[in-house]
Amino acid sequence: MKAGIRISGFGGQGIILSGVIVGKAAVFDGLNAVQTQSYGPEARGGSTRSEVVVSDEEIDYPKVESASVSLIMSQEAFYKYASRTKREGLIIYDPELIPDNKIEGNFKLAEINATRIASELGTKIVANIVMLGAFNEVCSLISKDSMIESIKDSIPKMLDLNLNAFETGMKKVNIIK
Amino acid sequence: MTNDVIRLLGKKDLFIQGDEAAVYGALIADCRFFAGYPITPATEVAEGMAIWMPRLGGVYVQMEDEIASIAAVIGASCTGVKSMTSTSGPGFSLMQECIGYACMAEIPCVIVNVQRGGPSTGQPTEAAQGDVMQAMWGTHGDHQLIALAPKSVQETLDLTIESFNLSEDYRVPVILLLDAEIGHMREKVVLPEVTTVKVDERVPATIGPDKYRPYRTGFTRPSKVPEFAPFGSGYRTYVTGLTHDKRGFPVTTSAEVHEELVRRLIEKVQDDIDDIWYHETSFLEDAEIIVVSYGTTSRPAVSAVKMARKNGIKVGHIRLITIWPFHYEKMREYLKNAHTVIVPEMNLGQMFHPIRETVGKDTKVVSAPKIGGAIHTPYEILKFIEGDVK
Amino acid sequence: MSFISNDIVIDKYLRKDMLPTIFCTGCGIGSVMNFCLRAIHDLNIDMNKTVFVSGIGCSSRVPGYIYSDGLHSLHGRAIAYATGVKLANPELKVIVFTGDGDCGAIGGNHFLHAIRRNVDITVISINNFIYGMTGGQVAPTTPLRSKTTTTPYGNIEYPIDLSMMAKVIGAPYVARWTTAHPIQCMNSIKKALQKTGFSFVEVLAPCPTSYGRLNKMGNTLDMTKHFKESTINIKTYEKMLAEGKDTDKMIIGELVDIEKEDFNTKYKKFCGELK
Ligand SMILES: Cc1ncc(C[n+]2csc(CCOP(=O)(O)OP(=O)(O)O)c2C)c(N)n1
Ligand code: SF4
Ligand SMILES: [Mg+2]
Repeated sequence: MKAGIRISGFGGQGIILSGVIVGKAAVFDGLNAVQTQSYGPEARGGSTRSEVVVSDEEIDYPKVESASVSLIMSQEAFYKYASRTKREGLIIYDPELIPDNKIEGNFKLAEINATRIASELGTKIVANIVMLGAFNEVCSLISKDSMIESIKDSIPKMLDLNLNAFETGMKKVNIIK
Repeated sequence: MTNDVIRLLGKKDLFIQGDEAAVYGALIADCRFFAGYPITPATEVAEGMAIWMPRLGGVYVQMEDEIASIAAVIGASCTGVKSMTSTSGPGFSLMQECIGYACMAEIPCVIVNVQRGGPSTGQPTEAAQGDVMQAMWGTHGDHQLIALAPKSVQETLDLTIESFNLSEDYRVPVILLLDAEIGHMREKVVLPEVTTVKVDERVPATIGPDKYRPYRTGFTRPSKVPEFAPFGSGYRTYVTGLTHDKRGFPVTTSAEVHEELVRRLIEKVQDDIDDIWYHETSFLEDAEIIVVSYGTTSRPAVSAVKMARKNGIKVGHIRLITIWPFHYEKMREYLKNAHTVIVPEMNLGQMFHPIRETVGKDTKVVSAPKIGGAIHTPYEILKFIEGDVK
Repeated sequence: MSFISNDIVIDKYLRKDMLPTIFCTGCGIGSVMNFCLRAIHDLNIDMNKTVFVSGIGCSSRVPGYIYSDGLHSLHGRAIAYATGVKLANPELKVIVFTGDGDCGAIGGNHFLHAIRRNVDITVISINNFIYGMTGGQVAPTTPLRSKTTTTPYGNIEYPIDLSMMAKVIGAPYVARWTTAHPIQCMNSIKKALQKTGFSFVEVLAPCPTSYGRLNKMGNTLDMTKHFKESTINIKTYEKMLAEGKDTDKMIIGELVDIEKEDFNTKYKKFCGELK
């Protein structure tokens, strides 16, 4: 088994942290994981990307080419990365941030209003965790226990809020096809 | 100490960046002095040391520049404390004069160079392997130091410990060559078992101050590495970067003294090259094409070699872990049956040169360069392999 | 002040197998080394726990002759090396010998930042207004109009004042004397060695071979006379100021003597608070 997960959006959305949480959770599951990110001028408010390769074998090439799962949190990132998902791969996106979300091709699609849900829970900052909840609901790559363990380990502050965001994301995700 | 650190770090399985792994490796190796200057993509090493040094009775200091950083590291090491600095291209260039000093005066120290795109300020956030030649030949004069290049975050931790060990064993500066990719990449890391981790110390002076000569070797044991008396131990040693005799006193116009010293500085490492030269090989038995890679680049290289093998191509792989010294003899042995050697690097051809020097006229050496920041994809390397099938 | 004979100084404090020194006849560096060793003798400092650090230059050769640990580093880097020594082992007494070029040009930034950090070291800078070791080129301290091999028509760059710089950045002890003031100089070195924090003693010293020769003061006597004429004691200077007068002369004397917590003390404290 080998899967590539690409999380993309813009600076300040916690894209890189999301990648770290997923990678760490995979490790808690006993898998191997490599997390990388795009830095540079991009990291300051522009588009940001974090990639995680998860495998039960040793991971040679650490980058994601066609993603098995794409989590997308901005229109720009959608244009750039949605089509770089594998055939029959999964794309999860926030439709309120991505009004133009029509995409051709053989993909599984799921929507989650992560940013609005996060605001309703108290702060937009946890939108990335809502996304991760949705990811966990739709995709069985990584166990829920490990995801929660990883969230606890990665963001010890505001734990209740984050766990709430995660659960809400699981509940509210809307599978389109 | 080492055991305390492993315990302090708590959990055994970590998911951390290469830069952080260098920090943990240093802590486990008993590094207790760090001086540095912030520079992308090495800053996380300094930040990690700033957290840990004060908690472990060590010293962290941010100096005014990289020259001061390596200078302070050498000064600290003279007191017997294991010391480290970290930097990237521009800072590494500034450190060169002091690296030569550490070679000449035989002061152990570890320099982590998280390579980025150069020359000059270049690409601060992008990975490169452009400092490979500079690591060996950046400082002036004949000398020999050791450079290692890990391929993963786990290996970064392991090789940081090994860097300290080699530095202590041979009393040379050891350069750990990371790159921006590995420095910032997060991977699973398993901390070593408390009982098995090997941590070396420089050999202390075994005779009293009256008989001791700071740079006399082969006197108390058969080794070309002199015994060490730290500052403050009552041995009253004089350390200089000038050519010196066995007492450590400057003798700057004697050809004999100079040649004896410089040859010993090189031989103390070269004589043990079989022990120092770490590498890995795969699929070499029947290989007609051999890919030689190191560091991050060896990851897509391995993928490419596996793909090519699946396609029935007789290709093998050598991964250099020790970059310097380069083992010409062993490499000649490995490469003698190949008609083509492919060298993928994140530069326009650096290790390509010693490799080309190694082989005979009948072997073609192909540089497979990539610059700009992205690491090679397996397909890019595969194309080179397929291009050379006969 | 106990006056000890030269024999005692040589016997107790010098590496006899390194002698004779490389210093030219009439050079002031030997005198400064002598002042320093006598100060050390008076204070009964443990030479087993003392490290002399230097850069490159004639002045930087001093540690080679002293029987203690010595670190002859690189041109300009003495203070940075010394910082490493002192921070790694606070028990050691660290004394830096540095030339005016070593300290003020190539090593200027380390000088500045060691003062800012208030590292507990004593820096003795021998100011001969020139690059002695390399044969008499212009230094950052070379006075206007002075001749050097690289200012054959006279220097047009304003010189730097190392002691004033140290004072302005906040060194807790700063003194400047000339080799014509042996007692004062020794006393200042003693005070500097006892000061916790960055202490700086600048000693104006003759380099008859280069500065003297090129500026028509070929012997030490001429240079000593020149030092007396071109300097003014801080006390006299302050009186002058009070009278509304000023002078171009270089101010000598004890310029700063204050208490200020040093880096190691601060570091140790904050480490203690972490536990
Ligand atoms: C990096 C470097 N640049 C230049 C030199 C050559 N050099 C040696 S000593 C010196 C100047 C010494 O002047 P100063 O520090 O005033 O000491 P002095 O000899 O006057 O005591 C120079 C330029 C060097 N050794 N290293
Ligand atoms: S050149 Fe000048 S400073 Fe150097 S030893 Fe001779 S007199 Fe002294
Ligand atoms: Mg000078």
